[in-house]
Amino acid sequence: MTNLQLWTYAVVGATFCIYIFIAIKARATTTGEFYVAGKGVHPVLNGMATGADWMSAASFISMAGLIAFKGFDASVYLMGWTGGYCLLAMLLAPYLRKYGKFTVPEFIGDRFYSQTARVVAVICLIVASLTYVIGQMKGIGVAFSRFLEIPFETGLFIGMGIVFIYAVLGGMKGVTYTQIAQYVVLIFAYTVPAIFISLQLTGNPIPQLGLGSTMSGSDVYLLDKLDLVLTDLGFAAYTAQKGSTLNMFLLTMSLMIGTAGLPHVITRFFTVPKVRDARSSAGWALVFIAVLYTTAPAVGAMARLNLIDTIQADSIAPDTSQNLKIDNLPAWFTNWEKTGLLKYEDKNGDGRLQYVGAKYGDTTVQNEMTKVDRDIMVLANPEIARLPNWVIALVAAGGIAAALSTAAGLLLAISSAISHDIVKGIIAKDIDDKTELMAGRIAMAGAIVVAGYLGLNPPGFAAQVVALAFGLAASSIFPALMMGIFVKRMNNAGAVCGMLAGLGSTLVYIFMYKGWFFVKSTAMMADTPEGWIMGISPGAFGAVGALINFAVALSVCAVTKAPPEHIQHLVEDIRVPMGAGTAVDH
Amino acid sequence: MSDAQKYWKANIRLVIGCLVVWFVVSFGCGILFAQQLNGIRIGGYQLGFWFAQQGSIYTFVALIFFYAWRMNQLDRKFNVSED
Repeated sequence: MTNLQLWTYAVVGATFCIYIFIAIKARATTTGEFYVAGKGVHPVLNGMATGADWMSAASFISMAGLIAFKGFDASVYLMGWTGGYCLLAMLLAPYLRKYGKFTVPEFIGDRFYSQTARVVAVICLIVASLTYVIGQMKGIGVAFSRFLEIPFETGLFIGMGIVFIYAVLGGMKGVTYTQIAQYVVLIFAYTVPAIFISLQLTGNPIPQLGLGSTMSGSDVYLLDKLDLVLTDLGFAAYTAQKGSTLNMFLLTMSLMIGTAGLPHVITRFFTVPKVRDARSSAGWALVFIAVLYTTAPAVGAMARLNLIDTIQADSIAPDTSQNLKIDNLPAWFTNWEKTGLLKYEDKNGDGRLQYVGAKYGDTTVQNEMTKVDRDIMVLANPEIARLPNWVIALVAAGGIAAALSTAAGLLLAISSAISHDIVKGIIAKDIDDKTELMAGRIAMAGAIVVAGYLGLNPPGFAAQVVALAFGLAASSIFPALMMGIFVKRMNNAGAVCGMLAGLGSTLVYIFMYKGWFFVKSTAMMADTPEGWIMGISPGAFGAVGALINFAVALSVCAVTKAPPEHIQHLVEDIRVPMGAGTAVDH
Repeated sequence: MSDAQKYWKANIRLVIGCLVVWFVVSFGCGILFAQQLNGIRIGGYQLGFWFAQQGSIYTFVALIFFYAWRMNQLDRKFNVSED
């Protein structure tokens, strides 16, 4: 076993011991503890747990890679996945906390006095959460197979086993306290390599400042250097806008609204003791998220620069005599090549690699890096920068923590919807607390098995459906919740029609480009910027779907009967903090 | 107007004010006017780029805490606080 593997086993093993220890300490004994951790979580701690809940394998592993290759255009993810917290804090979280029940569909069902509305919400929740979970399972498997060199399946089973222990035993209570530990692990794992690399390149230990600094030993700014190197090599300039402004605008809006509408995030704000805690807790959540989200642009830019530097020793090189030699590749290069995420081809047979973009001036020079998967940027970054082995081991543990914490939050949202909204709410209304708790545990175990199965046999459309998760949350759940609070006259007919119209239009738009039910051959239009109506990508349509939802709901509501008196009182009641249910002691 | 209505009005005003700032820093400075702002620099950052990848996020954090602080004041003023 190599030194790196020893380190990885030690660090990952230690974090697993912590998670299991917490699981045993934080068992749930009532449904209140299982669904909302007894509403006794301190707002700062809830913020931390929300951070881990929210930041998934995609945030940890993929986002910096996206930024590295898209530059300015990737800003939509940075703003979209953080700006949603403003909407959550100001428009939803405090009011839903005041309402004081267990699940998002429950609020929708009660507020719109309609089982149909509740069932539509449950379906949206399950589809959105399940598609999300597949990605987490894949992330766990990749991290295990690459760093511990055990098979993908074994890695996935270990990950499932860990989640099983603390989520089934502890429910929301167990998930909350493990998420807090997982936040600490993942943020440490993300920032330590970033600090090292920022120091190496700019001499400034704070990555957020390093990105705006000059390169060590020169007076050229890092971003200017990157722009220059990229354009010289025939790539688009890093800081320049490439996509259309309308699409960037709508995609950012869709991600923001979708973030605020994702049930597993909203539920986290049901766990704090008071309404005012829900407001501040959203702020704390964003503080903890911002630590990673403001570091990511630095990681992306610096990783891109380091990658080019490693391959193209002399940045502009029709003369390739300084480039990376194929019989002298660094270890990380060959390791990632084995995973198929990195590929090269020595097209001109000179025994060296060259890395150029599509717009390179000399057309006889061909790009020989045939595949550089953006997902490897964060995971390979410490190796590219030749950081010590313990840092690389830490990154593996961080990636696993990010995937596990999000998976647990999603699985909890799914199992609560099944045991509380379907079993207790519709099928068997008179079951007691103990039976419902058991139903919750069984639903959780079932959800883990289904997610594991989908992780092992990912449907071909797995990558496509992430757009679907945000589209669903943005076009159906967010508008329904918002109007339920802010439009007192909103009635059942308006809400249900609005949800179905928003959901339907978004689904149709996505299916038109991705194929009906994701069967590729049935796609009706080319999924390219030229084929998109007005340049709006399928992922950006959620904002339009939300608009349709609002418009339809308000129109239908205007011509149908106002909601009954007790519903209007309910709305007045959730608008004031006074009288919120108190915390259950921990 | 009853106290409850006044409280709700004040709340809506505060939310709208915060969301205007939210919109201006992200959609305004980070997207719509980013190219124009890129003419201005702070250190190695072009200003539009900085808003899109750093500044808007810092502003979001500040906004939520400002909102929470003002709402707590309103809760006390209108006597609807939980304690």
